[in-house]
Amino acid sequence: MVAIEVDSLTKTFESVTAVDDLSFTVGDGELFGLLGPNGAGKSTLINMLVTLLAPSAGTATVDGHDITTERAAVRNSIGVVFQEPALDEDLTGEENLAFHARLYGMDKRERETNIDEIFELIGLADERDDPVGTYSGGMKRRLEIGRGLLHEPAVLFLDEPTAGLDARTRRDTWEYIQRMNEDAGVSIVLTTHYIEEAEQLCDRVAIVDDGEIAAIDSPAALKDSLGGDVISLATDGSASTLCNHLDTRPWVIEYETTEVGVNVTVDRGEGRIADLVHVADEADVTITSVDIHRPNLETVFLSLTGATIAEHEATDDDATSANGDSMSMAATTRQPPARSEGNE
Amino acid sequence: MKLIDPLSIYALWLRDVKRFLRTPSRIIGSIAMPLLFLVFLAFGFSGASIPGLPAGIDYLQYLVPGMVGFTMLFGASFAGLSILSDQDVGFLKEILVAPVSRTSIVLGRIAGGSTTALVQAILILLLSIPLGFRVTSLLSLPLALVFLMLIAVTFVGFGVALASQFSDSEGFGLVVQFVIFPLFFLSGAIYPISSFPTPVQALALINPLTYGVDGLRAVLVGASEYSLALDLGALLVSSVVMVGVGTYLFERVEAV
Repeated sequence: MVAIEVDSLTKTFESVTAVDDLSFTVGDGELFGLLGPNGAGKSTLINMLVTLLAPSAGTATVDGHDITTERAAVRNSIGVVFQEPALDEDLTGEENLAFHARLYGMDKRERETNIDEIFELIGLADERDDPVGTYSGGMKRRLEIGRGLLHEPAVLFLDEPTAGLDARTRRDTWEYIQRMNEDAGVSIVLTTHYIEEAEQLCDRVAIVDDGEIAAIDSPAALKDSLGGDVISLATDGSASTLCNHLDTRPWVIEYETTEVGVNVTVDRGEGRIADLVHVADEADVTITSVDIHRPNLETVFLSLTGATIAEHEATDDDATSANGDSMSMAATTRQPPARSEGNE
Repeated sequence: MKLIDPLSIYALWLRDVKRFLRTPSRIIGSIAMPLLFLVFLAFGFSGASIPGLPAGIDYLQYLVPGMVGFTMLFGASFAGLSILSDQDVGFLKEILVAPVSRTSIVLGRIAGGSTTALVQAILILLLSIPLGFRVTSLLSLPLALVFLMLIAVTFVGFGVALASQFSDSEGFGLVVQFVIFPLFFLSGAIYPISSFPTPVQALALINPLTYGVDGLRAVLVGASEYSLALDLGALLVSSVVMVGVGTYLFERVEAV
């Protein structure tokens, strides 16, 4: 069973192509991530899938319903949490949920039991009668995620669910999302520009850049596609004799000399550091420092698109991308040096 | 997706009513302007002889139905504004992504906006009693309520139609002033339209508020320009047309 099937979906705004001929599927019960910088076209894609925008070309089905010809059925089977908060702050948490339940045609009994369940699930049972205006940012997010699940949708869309939240609230929110996915069995599609979010949360990640999908796979498989960890050795003097010895070791995938030494690519780098020190001893080369770089989704993103997410956003005209993104900034400082061999 | 979904209409209505009751500043703000007009005009012109006033009707009696109509205009513009402020805060998306027809959404908003406008108009009516306003017969009040509802539906429908042409509340707030006042001055609310030159009178005759104010005057103080049937008929037509136009234009509102 397929939750979402996207076939050559395209959206152009005047001269700009926001979503360019995308095709992919999301399986039932999957937690699927769309990773990319602001302005990559993720929100446009989501807005088409939730029937708020009409596609320029191509089709898609959500829970088996066509997004252009069966909009009512699509709307019935989805829950949406938008990037910007969409709560009525003058109403209480419960009134917000009751409003939602009525719009989705739930009768009184169903409404009351589901609302009670959701408040337990999102841990806001004590605050249900407080005006939403008094909630913190994290509480509002939880209420919105809960509201998205209130009518028991088959697919839940989360557009940047943790943007603008502090690190702790972000982790809590991840926990909620994961629990919703496991307990409620709902398929989840989320967009994010946080590397860590995609890596920790998602079963599969599509890397979106400039309206196109550059790669799509599980986070582990994406990282494996880069072919192992990179160990940077700084040496005292020339590393050329060391290189001759490295040629004879079958576990060395490749190596590359640098200004200060050599970068060696191996599988499971942590287990090879001792071996490398041993090889250096043999070659009579003194190692002055060792550094290990594991591929993360940031390096995958870099190798696929030629720039990091932060770099993409720095060149992005959209001022909204300026909201401090310390996580991906931190990740960029851990990039391995540029690699010579091409990646798919 | 049913074209008319009573539960959703009720949800939208309930939300508007709760928000209205929860913000006393809105209630006061919405009736302050009509009340000021009423008090100053009533006292300022109390001794003036205004040509065309029905015989035996003093100016206050003449003015109150007009000011009640003005209050409706004001209330309706608030209803339009609330659609745009929903758009500003993103709440409109929550409504538009739900499996509810646009027709039901517009009807829900009109129901909510009309109710709050009606409450405001009734408040003005009550506040005019200490000023000396007297209703001819209490039996006429149910009929007055019918007129008030039709005026509300007409102008809230108009507010929704107008609001759907704007993308932010600031522009709407400015423009709406230029719409409310001509409608008000061209309705015979504060003076008889017979004082206008003929071409201007023609404008007044296509203004639904003219019939609303005239009808209210007929039932509340027992004096009117046109027959009750004409007033009622004109308002019925205008409410149906405005709901239609509001729905049609709201269909095209883009959520993103």
